[in-house]
Amino acid sequence: MTKITRYPPGEIIIWLFIMAELLVFGLFFAAYAVTRIDNIELFELYQQNLDTTAALYNTMALLSSSYFVIRSVIAIKANEQKNAYRWMLLAVVMGLVFIVIKTDEFAHHIDNGITLSANTFYMFYLSLAFFHYLHVVLGLIILAVLARNMKKGMYSYKENASVETGASYWHMVDLVWLILFPLVYVM
Amino acid sequence: MKYTSQMVAKPYFIAAIGLFVAQILFGVIMGMQYVVGDFLFPEIPFNVARMVHTNLLIVWLLFGFMGAAYYMVPDEAEAELHSPLLAKVMFWIFLVAGAVTILGYLLVPYATLAEITMNDLLPTMGREFLEQPTIIKIGIVIVALAFLYNIGMTILKGRKTVINLVLLIGLVGLAVFFLFAFYNPDNIVLDKMFWWFVVHLWVEGVWELILGSLLAYVLIKTTGVDREVIEKWLYVIIAMALITGLIGTGHHFFWIGTPGYWQWWGSIFSAMEPIPFFMMTIFAFNMVNKRRRQHPNKAAVLWALGCSVMAFLGAGVWGFLHTLSFVNYYTHGSQITAAHGHMAFYGAYVMIVLAIISYAMPMLNGRKAANSLSSQVVEMWSFWLMTISMVFITLFLTAAGIVQVYLQRMNGDASLPFMVVQDKIEMFYWMREGAGLVFLIGLILYVISFFVGRDQPEAEVPK
Repeated sequence: MTKITRYPPGEIIIWLFIMAELLVFGLFFAAYAVTRIDNIELFELYQQNLDTTAALYNTMALLSSSYFVIRSVIAIKANEQKNAYRWMLLAVVMGLVFIVIKTDEFAHHIDNGITLSANTFYMFYLSLAFFHYLHVVLGLIILAVLARNMKKGMYSYKENASVETGASYWHMVDLVWLILFPLVYVM
Repeated sequence: MKYTSQMVAKPYFIAAIGLFVAQILFGVIMGMQYVVGDFLFPEIPFNVARMVHTNLLIVWLLFGFMGAAYYMVPDEAEAELHSPLLAKVMFWIFLVAGAVTILGYLLVPYATLAEITMNDLLPTMGREFLEQPTIIKIGIVIVALAFLYNIGMTILKGRKTVINLVLLIGLVGLAVFFLFAFYNPDNIVLDKMFWWFVVHLWVEGVWELILGSLLAYVLIKTTGVDREVIEKWLYVIIAMALITGLIGTGHHFFWIGTPGYWQWWGSIFSAMEPIPFFMMTIFAFNMVNKRRRQHPNKAAVLWALGCSVMAFLGAGVWGFLHTLSFVNYYTHGSQITAAHGHMAFYGAYVMIVLAIISYAMPMLNGRKAANSLSSQVVEMWSFWLMTISMVFITLFLTAAGIVQVYLQRMNGDASLPFMVVQDKIEMFYWMREGAGLVFLIGLILYVISFFVGRDQPEAEVPK
């Protein structure tokens, strides 16, 4: 049994997509940073209202989810289809944990009457967080489809480009959060 | 041509080309009115010429899209069209409605037209590009519904391909967003906002799906590249087009009274709009380079490649030029907008319709795959004449726009009034008119190409 290794992993087209996504987030982060310089007091004041503990849980949720995706890719390449399915399922569960915690945070903000127009900080925070949230939703749909296909036995040590493609996208979602978390919640 | 019902596409294509010629004639008239203000006045006032020029563009592109769908969908679905009769009936309804509207614009003062068509019962007239009388708008909705029903039923009963589904999503979106043409809120901010739901979400949203789908179809047919490869590209391109296009609508919300966060949302997302167009260019050239066979219809391949490049330049680069809010603060509503509008519409939508006509028309005329060599040579001449003159129209308007913005808006207290500036940029308008005439010559050549070499054998693939 020979493993198939391709570089970059997955379909080349997903990398174009990932680059484009990173460019959008990158622009948003840069705009955030530049605006923060001019409004440092405002940003620091309202940053204190964010729930850092919830964000920390979310960081762990996404990191472990990414780890489970890696285990799933390793398993499918070893032709362990059942294991691959289980790891993928775990990854989806951890993604859902993120969604639950983040939805609760958004609900909390809405209860407090915070909108995009509240102030510049909230405009950036809500925009970035919600845009990322939508990416988690999309990523979860992709992972769920992969899990379903794994259950049907559609992938093997030979046929796994789609798994790598989905995994690459999920790592991108994770990576963006790893910048978003310190930048918006902590710094 | 595998299915006889694909033949219904032919009258749609012929009507599209006819209306295209009329559109360009009015464009040339209007270009002259920019420099000779009373040219053809009072018969054709500037505002009427402008309305006719822009409305004809939309109508003929719609004819083109419908013809393209009637040709492509049965082929992709591997099934006859659900009802060729319905398609023929709708063709005549749409053509008569379009002709009546244009004649109405030309023969009756606009206010009288509103009165005759009982606009007061459900007021929808008077908004740029959506000037059609309410009753005509209702007609458009009926035609669109019948068209969607016909296409939808064909897709449902046949093979479901990604290309057909993307086209269907695009067409449904086109119909749904047009409904905002009926929503006329009293609040002028909301009025403007929902107006963009038609205008922007068409050309920078769902129309891009139609473009992607038609381009993919022509490329599959002419290059023989695996459907699987082309579909993957299509997925990513339409995902990017939708993400950037939908939220990118925000670049129209900078100065109309909407909340301030649109400055950021609009700037950032619309700045990404060139990406799907750039992907389309890479996609088209990649597929042609990887082609598995030579196709005898060189002209169709040329239109498809040209479309991907010009769409990127016109919609992507020229759109980006003035999309950031701090730039747009100075440039909005200037000749820079006009420059972008011309090249974007030509590159993205005119060229894709001409690409599919170029690909399909030989078969609709009973050929096997392509027109004769001499016909294709004339067609390719028309491609270059129209495309190069459009580049010049865009460059002259951009130059005019830069001077206009500088003199009129960036000079502090010394800024000059609008009409004074218009006089100062007259030279650019003359040059634009010259380029416009060359475009017209290119278009005439394009029409002639259909009549050249009809008795000659089909072009063959070079050995």
